Order: sequence, then structure tokens, then C-alpha cells
Amino acid sequence: MILRINGEEEDVAKCANLLELINVKRLKVESIVIEHNHKIVLREDWHGIILNERDSIEIVSFVGGG
Amino acid sequence: MEDVLKIADKSIKNRLFIGTGKFANKALVREVLEASQSEVVTVALRRVDADSSDENILDYIPDNCTIMINTSGARDADEAIRIARLGKAMGCGNWVKIEVIPDNKYLLPDNTETLRATEVLAKEGFTVLPYMSPDLSMARRLVGAGAGAVMPLGAPIGSNRGLKTKELVRIMVNEIDIPVIVDAGIGWPSEAAACMELGCDAVLVNTAIATADNPVAMAGAFSCAVAAGRTAYLNSGIAVNESANSSSPLTGFLRDTK
Repeated sequence: MILRINGEEEDVAKCANLLELINVKRLKVESIVIEHNHKIVLREDWHGIILNERDSIEIVSFVGGG
Repeated sequence: MEDVLKIADKSIKNRLFIGTGKFANKALVREVLEASQSEVVTVALRRVDADSSDENILDYIPDNCTIMINTSGARDADEAIRIARLGKAMGCGNWVKIEVIPDNKYLLPDNTETLRATEVLAKEGFTVLPYMSPDLSMARRLVGAGAGAVMPLGAPIGSNRGLKTKELVRIMVNEIDIPVIVDAGIGWPSEAAACMELGCDAVLVNTAIATADNPVAMAGAFSCAVAAGRTAYLNSGIAVNESANSSSPLTGFLRDTK
């Protein structure tokens, strides 16, 4: 399925929900925060977010910064 | 009575705040924080690079530190608000440094957008520390908007040029009742000490420590300087005079005849 991830269109294996996508992308769950279609989704709710074609997903984490 | 800096519900003993950008490796961040005993630390938020196996910066920040989310990268209030909310969702507290910068050459903040972000985020319960161009009227507006402290710049970010805004910061220190923290531009420990001697409540340093030949030693030097400047501010009571005032007795010279 086509998703817009961090500003770029990506063709990823079909994922039933947001948690599956994170697992497919092998991201560290405890290090990231996600916006799904411009709304922040808390970690405990990832499994309940059903993904649809062309959904917009932002995945961010903390980095060093002043 | 112990001298502590109070911001929101925190009592902070070490008045050197440290930014975690530009370090050669993340392990240095922990060593620097241990050497300096700093208690307030900034981090930034960026898109995840899926190809990078980079470790989490938070793993290198001691548990006793307060993490302040820097909204760097925001060009207006809306972007700053979005970054702050994302940072809060990470579960590391609700302290945020508002940094709104539309200018890439000097990295000077947009005070008006900073005020707008402060108004929104303070109402949402964030502890807001806005990075600002030093200006008394704007500082007053930020106090009214619910800022926990104001953070005037000393010189452009990463320039290491020192406290070039001294007179404007002095006015803010004199007139603003919430903490005034110099953020950006401080290159040497002596400049950090000068900020504290002036009456500033804390200093935030990043580049001068992170890019030093020995960041750990430099962090220790900054920490000492900030503490020394604070002690001097609290205890000096000295006057500055145009002419000399002898330190030694002006009587009993060998040349004197009775």
C-alpha cells in the first residue's frame, strides 16, 4: 500500500494498523512519536489506528539539539 | 538558605543549562552532564531516518535531569506548537524551549511568533521558556502569557561571540520578575560568569562545550564559572569607581619622617 511517510510516498507491505507498520519498519517503539493524518497518536493507541491508502504519517524522535 | 532557581515545580541548583546538539558522539553527552552536574538539558525533535541505527539521545541523559524540548526548526508559532505537542507525547515532561526562527543567516528569533506559541502552550500546561531577542516590552508580554522564564540571546546561535546584548539583558534582569536565562552565543566560561554577575538566573550553553577539543573539561569549566558568577552576584556589593582607592594603608611609608 502507498503511504506518505515523513513527507515521502512509500510503497509498503499491507499493514492492518499503525503498530504493524512500526514493526515492519523495525523502529524502536519507545523512541518515537507518531502523527497519523496530522493527529498525534499515543503509543497505546497505535494498534487501533487502521491504515488506509495515502494516509499521512510522521514519525519523529528526539535528537541532540540546543 | 540554599540558593536554588525555581521554575515551575522544579528547584534547580546548577545554573548551567546544556544543549545536546553537535556532540561528536552521544556518549559524550552523558560524560558532559556528569562533569557539569547540569540539571536542565535541551533536545530537539526530527523525522526518524529509518536507515540510521542511531541510538536514542534520551538514553544518555541522567534521570535527574529535566528535559527541555527545543522547537528548533520551527519557522512560525504553529510549527513550534506542533513540535512541542509531539515532544510531550514522548513522555519526557512538559518543559519546552520555544525557538522560532525564520532567518537562516543569523538565526535570530521571531519574537512575535514566539509570543503566540507561548500563549498557546502555557495555556495547555507546558512550562514555556521562550528564546528571544532581548527586548523589555516583549519580555513583559511573555511574562503575561505565562512563560516560566525568558531566554534572551547573548549573540547569534553558535557564534561564540559572548554577551553582545549586555545592556538590554541588564534591563531585563532589572525589570522582569521571572528568571532571565542567557541562551546562545556564549563562547567562554568568563562570559558565562559575566552573565551571572549581571544577575541572570542561568546560562544555556551548547556549541562552546560540544565543539571544544575536550567537551567534558569545558563543561566543568563552564559549571565552575556559572557558580562563581552567581556567588559574586549574591555577595559582591562593590562599587565601580573612576579613580583609584588604595588597598594598602596610606600611612607608615619608609620615606615618612616624624
